[in-house]
Amino acid sequence: MITAALYFGYGAISLSLLLCLYRVVVGPDLPDRIMALDTLYINGIGLLVLVGISLNDSVYFEAALLIAMMGFVGTVAWCKHIIRGTIID
Amino acid sequence: MILDTILSLAIVIGAVFVLIGSIGLVRLGDVYSRLHGPTKSTTLGMGGHLLASVLHFSRAGELSLHELLVTGFLFLTAPVSAHMLAKAALHLRVRSVTAAPSPDDAESFPETAADAQRDA
Repeated sequence: MITAALYFGYGAISLSLLLCLYRVVVGPDLPDRIMALDTLYINGIGLLVLVGISLNDSVYFEAALLIAMMGFVGTVAWCKHIIRGTIID
Repeated sequence: MILDTILSLAIVIGAVFVLIGSIGLVRLGDVYSRLHGPTKSTTLGMGGHLLASVLHFSRAGELSLHELLVTGFLFLTAPVSAHMLAKAALHLRVRSVTAAPSPDDAESFPETAADAQRDA
């Protein structure tokens, strides 16, 4: 039963990754693309968590935590760059 | 068996919420409404997945809580990044599907809590 649920999760998250990719490519504005990249990395964390469950290996959490932190810093840096023109002032 | 059922349900519900968030990202009309999908639905779906993994790695006997770190981090950072994105979109004056009400047309503004207090 867990195997079936994991396959369903893989399918759903892969579809969401494709939808986010569509929004990254089509835009139309810069905040749209940043938001789509933000969602893309969150979906990547979800996929890593599912891989960790199915391989029964908890090392994938370190990767998930790192992606969460780096992705957040990246989003905030992009937004600061749009609002202020500089990132650290 | 019961644990398997709960785990599978958490995975499936989480995946459905993540998918709904991404569909919202594609289907909604402008930046300001598109912010709702990823920030709420996708974050909640990720909470479901991390709950499933807490259950799965606690099955050996000892409680495994370091997945909650990722959950807490995502739940803390999602509103902050949404706020920054909305500020960036307002700064760039991104087009909205609804026009802003004109300042002369007081009727078109929704009633605020302060108005209700004054009327009472």
